[in-house]
Amino acid sequence: MARMKFLCDAERCIECNGCVTACKQEHEIPWGVNRRRVVTINDGVPGERSISVACMHCSDAPCMAVCPVDCFYKTEEGVVLHDKDLCIGCGYCFYACPFGAPQFPQAGAFGVRGKMDKCTFCAGGPEKDTSDAEFKKYGRNRLAEGKLPACAEMCSTKALLGGDGDVIADIYRERVTTRGRGGDVWGWGTAYGPAPGKGQAPAPAQGGQKS
Amino acid sequence: MTRQLVAVALAGVFALGLSACGERPQVVNYKQGAYQGKPDSKPWESAQFNNNKDEWERAIRTRNQAQNEYKRI
Repeated sequence: MARMKFLCDAERCIECNGCVTACKQEHEIPWGVNRRRVVTINDGVPGERSISVACMHCSDAPCMAVCPVDCFYKTEEGVVLHDKDLCIGCGYCFYACPFGAPQFPQAGAFGVRGKMDKCTFCAGGPEKDTSDAEFKKYGRNRLAEGKLPACAEMCSTKALLGGDGDVIADIYRERVTTRGRGGDVWGWGTAYGPAPGKGQAPAPAQGGQKS
Repeated sequence: MTRQLVAVALAGVFALGLSACGERPQVVNYKQGAYQGKPDSKPWESAQFNNNKDEWERAIRTRNQAQNEYKRI
């Protein structure tokens, strides 16, 4: 099995925040913490695009590199996890992460930063799989139940795909070729526009919409 | 003599610079129930799969394909 990955199809995401809600409900995440959120580019402008963002479980994760107490680890499935017993809540990972994935819950009346919390790809943490202790600290361990992350499985338009990187790449490739820009999906015309002196690029082959 | 010292210093700087181009291995190291010193078990070691990796992979593969609506129609 290859590495576990998320892939968000911006053409399909309708900014319903179902993934955010599914994540919060599945893991009983407290107020102020969002392991996943939906980001919209050009909000309100025709042609706006949204994508769902969480920890991307990087192959060479910057959070792992900067953590002063080395609380991160990567599993065989390529999921980046951390040990909350080691975390000191310093926030270095928050600076290092390009996606803003690490979250810091309010742990006291005066807003002291708690231990870091982030998307676990629904894979729990170091505690015994599917135990109460694991659920309290890291949320549900769906991978140990043979399931994929709740956000991806709940996505109504299947914009958010999660799972084996090879498989979701195949699903996305099939989708892009099927939804129709014909031979113009990839290639010179799409990447660089029409060739000099050749006029406009060809129209979409079937059902595709130009944005 | 000075020229030799400069050459040695330059060689040292060059070697140091090259060493910075190295890349840490990306291979996950799982030893005695721990990833890089942090204890964790594998998903197929849960009570549901009883250490049956094939069965777990089959379950994940089925779930993966369930995300492909072209296969579900």
